[in-house]
Amino acid sequence: MSDEQDIILADLSDEELTLQMHDDLYDGMKEEIAESVNILLGRGWMPYDILTKALVEGMRIVGIDFRDGILFVPEVLLAANAMKGGMFILKPLLAETGAPRLGNMLIGTVKGDIHDIGKNLVTMMMEGAGFEVKDLGINNPVENYLQELESGEYDILGMSALLTTTMPYMKVVIDTMVEKGMRDDYVVMVGGAPLNEEFSKAIGADAYCRDAAVAVETAKEFMAKKHNQMVA
Amino acid sequence: MNDKLSQMIAEKGFVLADGATGTSLFNLGLQAGDPPEFWNIDEPEKIRAIYQGSVDAGSDLFLTNSFGSNSSRLKLHNSASRAYELSKAAATLGREVADKSKRQVLVAGSIGPTGEIMGDAGWLSHRDAVSMFQVTAQGLIDGGADVLWVETISSPEEYNAAAEGISKVGAPWVGTMSFDTAGRTMMGTTSKDMVNMVKDMAYGPLAFGANCGVGASDLLRTVLGFSENSDRPIVAKGNAGIPKYVDGHIHYDGTPEVMATYALLARACGASIIGGCCGTMPAHLKAMRKALDGNPCGEKPTLKQISLALGEFSSKSDGTGDEARPERVRRGKRK
Repeated sequence: MSDEQDIILADLSDEELTLQMHDDLYDGMKEEIAESVNILLGRGWMPYDILTKALVEGMRIVGIDFRDGILFVPEVLLAANAMKGGMFILKPLLAETGAPRLGNMLIGTVKGDIHDIGKNLVTMMMEGAGFEVKDLGINNPVENYLQELESGEYDILGMSALLTTTMPYMKVVIDTMVEKGMRDDYVVMVGGAPLNEEFSKAIGADAYCRDAAVAVETAKEFMAKKHNQMVA
Repeated sequence: MNDKLSQMIAEKGFVLADGATGTSLFNLGLQAGDPPEFWNIDEPEKIRAIYQGSVDAGSDLFLTNSFGSNSSRLKLHNSASRAYELSKAAATLGREVADKSKRQVLVAGSIGPTGEIMGDAGWLSHRDAVSMFQVTAQGLIDGGADVLWVETISSPEEYNAAAEGISKVGAPWVGTMSFDTAGRTMMGTTSKDMVNMVKDMAYGPLAFGANCGVGASDLLRTVLGFSENSDRPIVAKGNAGIPKYVDGHIHYDGTPEVMATYALLARACGASIIGGCCGTMPAHLKAMRKALDGNPCGEKPTLKQISLALGEFSSKSDGTGDEARPERVRRGKRK
């Protein structure tokens, strides 16, 4: 495909344009994504359909290739940035049209730990997947998490730690949630370089997420289960 | 070749570097979340003790307690303006310890990453990064460091910014990256990519290599990738095994014997500066010293021999083989 030729987005059929958007997200093309979102809106698409069929699906492909070691952090950041270009247009419209929300997440690095790149990546990928994410930043004592959980409508709590010395603090947060009788109201996901599945089970978390792509998939699974329970 | 480290490599053939600073700091009571660099001023005896531990264990050089001593990291402790002061103090203490030793020991001024993302998708500009690195580098040199030591870098942009910052100070330097994602750095850089980057640099390092990452096997696979493609001195600084969570606390599962085996293999793979990273204590360094001094340099091992001696690799490939990186089939005519 060496002979490059310009693509006129507005000339593509709905189906072709959706596929083109997946490619454009993959290549981190922010302006093209924004243009395509506007074209689909102009054709009468519901904002929620654009979000799920074009953007979220495109980011799902990015997530898979990140997980499989085909894409790396720089490409994923560019894709997430392109996604933001689309979300900027869609966000107010989603609220207006009463579209179902995918889920709300609270995230933060635990007390004693000042590392944030991994957490920031998860935040971007979660937002890329259509979740609302509130980021508490670094070095959070248990009070920060509880206060924010109680004041908002959260489905998921995400905790991050990069140090072997700080990861045990995740258990303090979970134990306090149990004490307060609020543990079962949330899905608790944990991540960070020195963690593993075994550790996550030992401290009573719901899931260990090896990387940002796994975090997104895990969150989606939990939200699907939650929706099913609400219907049943 | 005028710098002391290049001379030392030429004279001795190989150099034993140091082990873990962080692990030692926590053992001495550093509380998680507190910046270790404050101790250069507040607890100098403890920092000297850590340096002395490396010297007594037989290290030819040790790294200063300045890994996070850049304004971007110190900002998290409202101390961005102390980058120069804390860097200089780290090197001053190192100089004292090194000068008291009867044999020659070099002080390597540690420069860690900014923790920010650079490049097209990032938010830290090249110019800001260069000036941050310059401040840290100047402090370390003014404190008496013999060589500067950039470590745990994952992006080529940041490696280049560090080089430029150091060039303004005019010091000799070493720079290692951390290959922790299926044989690549977090940003996707392979061992071969790093060789090519270093080769083309205007102000290149006197030695380059790998530190931290996953296990010792992975690190040596990376070193093999370096030595196949470069004649420049290579650094191997691997972790003492892998952190395990046992009954509420963490320990690294690499014994001194394992690290001795690792050191011999690292030299055989082509590394001439050999040390440890997280979890590597003086007992490990002693075992490494003894093994390296007591044995001739072995033949370059195969990947199979490495995994038999030190454990399986964390991923099948490290991205440098002949198999092309799988490409997504695009519809597009854009690219």
